[in-house]
Amino acid sequence: MPSNDNMPEMSLYQPVQVEDAISLAGTLAERGWLVGGGQDTYGWIKDRAKRPEALIDLNGIESMRGISETTDGIEIGALVTLTELANNSLIKERYSLLSSAAGRVASPQIRNIGTLGGNVAQDVRCWYYRRGLNCYRAGGNLCYADTPEGQNREHALFGASRCVAVTPSDTAPALVALEAQMVIRNAGGERIVAAEDFFVGPDVDILRTTVLRPGDVLTSVRIPAKWANAEFYFEKVADRNVWDFALVSIAAAMRVTNGTIEESRMVAGAVECTPRRLTNVEQAIQGRARNQETADAVASLASQGATPLNYNHFKIPLMNNLVKRALTV
Amino acid sequence: MASAASNPAGGVERLVSINVNGRVRRVDVLPQETLAHTLRYKLGLTGAKVACNRGECGACTVLIDDVNYYACSTLTHNVKDRAVTTVEGLRAEDGTLHPVQAAFIQELSPACGFCTSGQVMSAVALLKANPRPTRQEAREAMSGNLCRCGAYDHYLNGVMRASGQLS
Repeated sequence: MPSNDNMPEMSLYQPVQVEDAISLAGTLAERGWLVGGGQDTYGWIKDRAKRPEALIDLNGIESMRGISETTDGIEIGALVTLTELANNSLIKERYSLLSSAAGRVASPQIRNIGTLGGNVAQDVRCWYYRRGLNCYRAGGNLCYADTPEGQNREHALFGASRCVAVTPSDTAPALVALEAQMVIRNAGGERIVAAEDFFVGPDVDILRTTVLRPGDVLTSVRIPAKWANAEFYFEKVADRNVWDFALVSIAAAMRVTNGTIEESRMVAGAVECTPRRLTNVEQAIQGRARNQETADAVASLASQGATPLNYNHFKIPLMNNLVKRALTV
Repeated sequence: MASAASNPAGGVERLVSINVNGRVRRVDVLPQETLAHTLRYKLGLTGAKVACNRGECGACTVLIDDVNYYACSTLTHNVKDRAVTTVEGLRAEDGTLHPVQAAFIQELSPACGFCTSGQVMSAVALLKANPRPTRQEAREAMSGNLCRCGAYDHYLNGVMRASGQLS
């Protein structure tokens, strides 16, 4: 049995031009694996649960770094680290929802190397799947988590389709709330996908959590000016404040004028395979004040339609309470 | 830098130069090799401990260009042309301990000591970026280093002493 301390033999490519990375990604396709910070990658490979033939290390590509202002908002390179996002003055000033979310990822050392692109493209954390079991998501025909004795405390309340794993990303709900645009390139050119459509559930594609296909490279994320300097609320509840993935998180962007909420985007993390937009809450709070009364009136809408598993009923009041807190702070 | 076109077989060159504790070291590095592996088993620098080997404990923490990272979850091929500092590289030439090391001793910060070198490195990284942190800032900066003895407050005392805020 191999030592899981070391990764098995692989090739490593370190392109410095995005065109070379795209060409490599296209040529290697399913045999290649794109690496940003690698914090999701190396565990998979050390555990022998995934075995790419080659790593394509994107870190040398300068054009995928940096945060710049555009005519309509800002553009964030996919290689910008979570620490940079959390500390960037432009983002803190205008889109503090995203800097707050980035600052709550994992641990300081992981944020120092983990990238925005990797945070949104990371795979789900269901331990059965990550252990290398042949579950639905791994191409098999069984879910180990949704069984009478399956440990599914961290799993989904909504949208399960064979797989019950949830989105692990802290920045994803913030990006959906901010109506971010994901810039994806491949050998055929460039396409722009709304953050809301970037994440896909198991009903659409059980083998992937995003629209990224072999050969695609997520090069940057654009945040439109629409939500700049709006009222924001981000909270992540996890077992430990460091390392742990969210049990439930909430990312809210609200445009409040003359004391009433004109428009809002409420997005919950870790309750579904994709960030979950709470459109019924958004509709219910439109035209109301951001206060306790509104919070009490609408909070229970958040979890409407939830289908809990054996061990995750606690997520229902947690989710409602996070919406309540988003509306009362 | 090697590109796919010039070296289609495997991408990177295996013989690389890395700067560790101020010295340039030539070393044969596998494509998939982690920095923790290179430091410990090829360069004999065992200060960075491998405990979880999954970026979940902090015992392997080292500095790369003065920022703290998990050496177990960093490819050695990613630190070419960058300055790596391990706990072995902290003391002065005459053997004087780094202020963080001295403060940790004075505050009896370590208990069993296994996590200590990682804690030292995170504290050094913090004080380089923020020489006079508040206790809460220090707590957050040190939060990526587990201590199974639970000596967290003792380490925090050490950080505050090293920053000259504890007399």
